Amino acid sequence: MDWAYIEKVLPLYGKATWLTLRTGTAGILLATLVGLLCAAVLHWRIPVLRRLIAAYVELSRNTPLLVQLFFIYYGLPKIGIKTNPEACGIAGLAFLGGGYMAEAFRSGIEAVDRIQEESALSLGLTRKQTFLSVILPQAAAISVSAFMANVVFLMKETSVFSAVSLMDLMFTAKDQIGLYYRTTESLFLLVGAYLLILLPLSLLGTFWERRLRHAGFGT
Amino acid sequence: MPDLGLEVLWRGKNFVRLLGGLWVALRISLIAAGISVVAGILLGIAASRKRSVSSVILRIWLGIIHIMPQMVLLFLMYFGTTRAFGWNLSGETAAIIVFSLWGAAEMGDLVRGAVSSIPVIQRESAEALGLKPFQVYRWIILPQAVRRLLPLSINLITRMIKTTSLVTLIGVVEILKVAQQIIEANRKASPNAAFGVFLTIFVMYYLACRPLSLAAKKLEKHWR
Repeated sequence: MDWAYIEKVLPLYGKATWLTLRTGTAGILLATLVGLLCAAVLHWRIPVLRRLIAAYVELSRNTPLLVQLFFIYYGLPKIGIKTNPEACGIAGLAFLGGGYMAEAFRSGIEAVDRIQEESALSLGLTRKQTFLSVILPQAAAISVSAFMANVVFLMKETSVFSAVSLMDLMFTAKDQIGLYYRTTESLFLLVGAYLLILLPLSLLGTFWERRLRHAGFGT
Repeated sequence: MPDLGLEVLWRGKNFVRLLGGLWVALRISLIAAGISVVAGILLGIAASRKRSVSSVILRIWLGIIHIMPQMVLLFLMYFGTTRAFGWNLSGETAAIIVFSLWGAAEMGDLVRGAVSSIPVIQRESAEALGLKPFQVYRWIILPQAVRRLLPLSINLITRMIKTTSLVTLIGVVEILKVAQQIIEANRKASPNAAFGVFLTIFVMYYLACRPLSLAAKKLEKHWR
């Protein structure tokens, strides 16, 4: 292990870590939004739209992110939809994650007892009030573990972004290995950087889930 | 109607070549899935006893596999171990090793969960009736555990098929690489080939994974 070399390339990895964090967070936020919208459409059984959403969820969950990225980055420009690498990565993550998030929220909403909705409606709450202040809070508590699992999963999936020439951690490590044969150091930094991102995230998930269970929410 | 670049598929052997590329990816996942299932069942049964050494090993192993992206594990195997131990690994072998290590840990965890979910009284009754430990597993525990296990392990295999798309990044010539070759070769004749070819791959992966996840969903409902 050559520490002088590590010190020299540390800023490079810092930049790559920041890129992974930035694109990952943006993608996950978008995916959460998409997932919420899809889950709402599925819950309210909006005709036609519901079938489209169901098809989208299946499509996004049954194809690899890498294939989705290649299609967005190399395929779509041919019919006039151009993207830059970063937007492509975020869009791909949102497309993939939207399906997973929709599944997580949908199963959370389904797990709330029907009697909750019926009671709320019979007490005179409107449909909107029932959904927002009765069903959603309970569903959210149940969905937390699936949601956090998805967040960690999506953050890990960002590791394929290098395929659409985003200069992320994988790209940097591969570059350094290719240019200088610094295999040991590069892999050490790669693993270290991913631990730095993923360990707190996964600990946060465990902690949050335990707290909610402790409070008597959820199942 | 813009040119979607689909005609390139029917030129020469392009479509067959794509299918061949898909097969390379599927072969890796099937071999790894086979190893994972066998190793996972043994590991899971060993780890289902609480506070055993094997349960601790499985937990640590799972922790490492869960926290690292598969891409990093592939890099560690393909670049790291070859450097550290001085052996030669083809991309395909490295991928099979990584996916087997990953699958065995996940499968082991699923088996452990399924076996532990079976009430203790089942085992105790079987033992009281004079069954030997192997017979208890063969006739009492496993048949019941399989119902919980089958949908979950099908999902694991689906995930494995999707993850094999990564092997193109460590130089295995599979479907995505073949696609790039076809697009390059037909750059002049059909400039829009990228759209058609990548759309086709998208659909192919969907067709490979969708039946599996559908089967898992059906089984889950059926056995509930």
